[in-house]
Amino acid sequence: MTKTSCTVLSARVRSEIDHWMLRYPPERKRSAVMEALRLAQNENGGSLTESVMDAVADYLEMPKIAVYEVASFYTMYNLSPVGQHVINVCTNISCMLSDSEKVLEHLKERLGIGLNETTADGKFTLREVECLAACANAPVAQVGKKYYENLTPEKLDALLDELG
Amino acid sequence: MSDIEIEIDGKPLKAKPNSMVIQVADEAGIYIPRFCYHKELSVAANCRMCLVEMEKSPKAVPACATPIMPGMKIFTRSPKALAAQKAVMEFLLINHPLDCPICDQGGECELQDLSLGYGSANSYFTFGKRSVADEDIGPLIETEMTRCIQCTRCVRFGDEIAGLRELGATGRGEHMEIGTYVQHAIHSEVSGNIIDLCPVGALTSKPFRYTARAWELNQFPSIAPHDCLGTNIHVHTRTGKVMRVVSRENKETNGTWIADRERYSYLGLYHGDRLTKPMIREHGVWKDTDWQTALEFAVKGLQDVIHQDGAEQVGALATPNSTTEEFFLLQKIMRQLGSSNIDHRLRQIDFSDQDSFSLFPELEVPIADLENCSTFLLVGSNLQKEQPLAAISVRKATLKGASVFAVNMMDYRFNFKVADKKIAAPHEFVFALSGIAKAFLPELSELSDVLVTEQDRLIAERLRAGEKTVILLGALALNHPQAALIRWLAHHIAKASHGAFGILTEGGNASGAWLSGAVPHRAAGGDSLQQAGMDAQTMLQQARQAYLLLNVEPEFDCANPRMTIEALEAAKFVVSLSVFKSPALERFANVILPVGPFTETAGTLVNAAGQWQSFRGVANAYEESRPAWKVLRVMGNLFHLQGFDYESAEEVLQELKLLLKQSPAHAKEFKGTKVKKPGNFLSRIGEIPIYAIDGLTRRAEALQATQSIIEGDLAAVRVHSKTVEELGLRSLDVAKVQQNGCEIRLPVIIDDRVPLRAAYIAGGIKATQDLGELLGPVEISV
Repeated sequence: MTKTSCTVLSARVRSEIDHWMLRYPPERKRSAVMEALRLAQNENGGSLTESVMDAVADYLEMPKIAVYEVASFYTMYNLSPVGQHVINVCTNISCMLSDSEKVLEHLKERLGIGLNETTADGKFTLREVECLAACANAPVAQVGKKYYENLTPEKLDALLDELG
Repeated sequence: MSDIEIEIDGKPLKAKPNSMVIQVADEAGIYIPRFCYHKELSVAANCRMCLVEMEKSPKAVPACATPIMPGMKIFTRSPKALAAQKAVMEFLLINHPLDCPICDQGGECELQDLSLGYGSANSYFTFGKRSVADEDIGPLIETEMTRCIQCTRCVRFGDEIAGLRELGATGRGEHMEIGTYVQHAIHSEVSGNIIDLCPVGALTSKPFRYTARAWELNQFPSIAPHDCLGTNIHVHTRTGKVMRVVSRENKETNGTWIADRERYSYLGLYHGDRLTKPMIREHGVWKDTDWQTALEFAVKGLQDVIHQDGAEQVGALATPNSTTEEFFLLQKIMRQLGSSNIDHRLRQIDFSDQDSFSLFPELEVPIADLENCSTFLLVGSNLQKEQPLAAISVRKATLKGASVFAVNMMDYRFNFKVADKKIAAPHEFVFALSGIAKAFLPELSELSDVLVTEQDRLIAERLRAGEKTVILLGALALNHPQAALIRWLAHHIAKASHGAFGILTEGGNASGAWLSGAVPHRAAGGDSLQQAGMDAQTMLQQARQAYLLLNVEPEFDCANPRMTIEALEAAKFVVSLSVFKSPALERFANVILPVGPFTETAGTLVNAAGQWQSFRGVANAYEESRPAWKVLRVMGNLFHLQGFDYESAEEVLQELKLLLKQSPAHAKEFKGTKVKKPGNFLSRIGEIPIYAIDGLTRRAEALQATQSIIEGDLAAVRVHSKTVEELGLRSLDVAKVQQNGCEIRLPVIIDDRVPLRAAYIAGGIKATQDLGELLGPVEISV
């Protein structure tokens, strides 16, 4: 294969995509696009670039625009570079009633950045998200793949110290 | 299954099961408003404008996505239906700008029309409207994406019809946008259809932009002369001037769509090269003159040659885009003068089997039936670029399960799947095709030297097994130096696989040319002549003393531009009926008579399947140009020839039709010769690029700009990476290209679609006009 996908995607990512492709009929292999994008994003430092998306399109033999559509539809694909830790603060109704505003304010102040921004050292990216389905323990934030619940400014400080 | 009975607005109707409500309503003439629904596209049901009331349903249902059921009762104008439709309209208008006065779609806008019926004068919406940044998607289509209502017709067209998905819906919810997401110019050669499809002013024609309002235009039906299918078009004119071209549906030919070539070729109509007055050259100096003087000068010049050198010293060449009437009159003049040297097959060089043709080089399948064929074999055809709408039909067939095989000189990327292919350099092409033929007919002595590979056997097997097989020959097969042998092989393959044989000719009216006698060996009506005249190639090789040309630009339109120009320059007298002037024309012609293009003349085109389509002149004559048939008629009078008293183009056609009533039956019996092993040399693939096929498209600037985007730099030599190494070249080196003693310099581009021992050097363009044969040997060196 003289495909661009081979130079952009690592052998490991390609073999993992192959594994996902096995779940679908060969003529529907594009169904693996979401997993492929996730794997490619992980390898690319947490975000997708045009060349990575093109490589996924090439590998799954689907139109490039169809990959852009998927990548731009789901918020968990990052289309611009993000920090090492992405902090997703829920501001939906339950969290809002439990003072998620304060959580957000505290984070903005402590990190010195606004929403959808990344700290200068490239450590943290701050984002606001809709319901994370953990309302019982509001307010909630997701950092990386982990949930942090019943948040208070003190808990946040401890968390940031630990991560930073 | 039997028909289902339903009721729409109290009207009892019958329809096929699986129909949608909107289809049944459309057939019954009951209008339901819609934006996203289109009969040729899949159902998306995302605009919700077609909501109607259904009995026993608490909510209104979308008519485009609701299959009919027995006893169903639909109300399209009930208070509930109207309320739903008005509510949808209100939502659609929330973000739609109120810029109708400066919108090109104004006056022909589906949203504008429907908002008149369903929109409210006031809006409850007090927030800011959404706006979307525009993208530049190429020279043909202008975008104004803030106006987009996200019906996704354009996206579905690319995906389903064109087979090239370039537009998409990125983002979601409020942030969803239709576009290419990255900087990208649309590559599809049928892209203009999304302008017709767009229900609002989001996608409009870029060249037409701000030049006219819809209500100022007159619409006339016409036929575009660029493809051999006879694409139906609507020409829009304002005060007698063509302003744009849009599609016209004809199920028998082009279906619903037209290609960009047909849509935008009108841009060349009023090019600066248009001839305004008759011109004559006296003592080497060109001067404008009046028609009478020019015609008398032309007739006298030709008569002088006939008196001195004999009538057989006159040759006539005509572009295959000419109308049937023009062909008929041209050959009538020539034959009455005593010469049968007339031809329209300008880019062909092998005519050895011309007596084996039936009345014309026909496509044995109705065009509308192509999409129902099961197996295709493309022979020397870049179908998608040569006949874009035929490629769409083939694509439709493949989506229904058809298989396509190709024997080509270049590994083209098609918008349909190719099951298997053989790619061979031009001089190895016949040998490659013979393998498949021999797999069918091992006993043919002509094929004794040919080896049959496993691939040949498999392809032959599939062609034989095909329920409805069709063999399609394209321009490269016709222009090949061994075209007769290719036809013989292909015809054999077609017969052996019980399939149809089809020739897709260049130009819009090759069939008309054959039928009206614009070939050297047959009279009008198809009778074989005792004494055949010279074909297009012979009358240049054995140069004549005088030529009569009809819209020929020899440096671009002929098989061997260099030889043609030399023959014309050496001739004593050349008369050219032409739409455009060119430096070459001024060098070799003695009289230039300005004639009108297809928009300014009445005429008839006959397509590859033999369908006759007449059209009328729709625009005013440009300056002093005149329809070519009238010019030829007057020339006939000035020569004092018999039967040149036609009052109209229809009378010319009537005369031809009478002749055709007694036309003979020619058996299609191609003859073969021994197929030899190919030699080892480099040959040129002189394909004519999509927008270089005739004088009009070559002068449509937006098409030229598009061509360089979709085809890359054509002023280059494209060769396989291995060939580059063998020749000791590197990419982007400027190489010396030699052919028949002429030499030019072109940059080298590596292109692995080109087979070994071949070099792609396009014809029909300025950069290569000094070269020789399109498909002959070529030498490339540092």
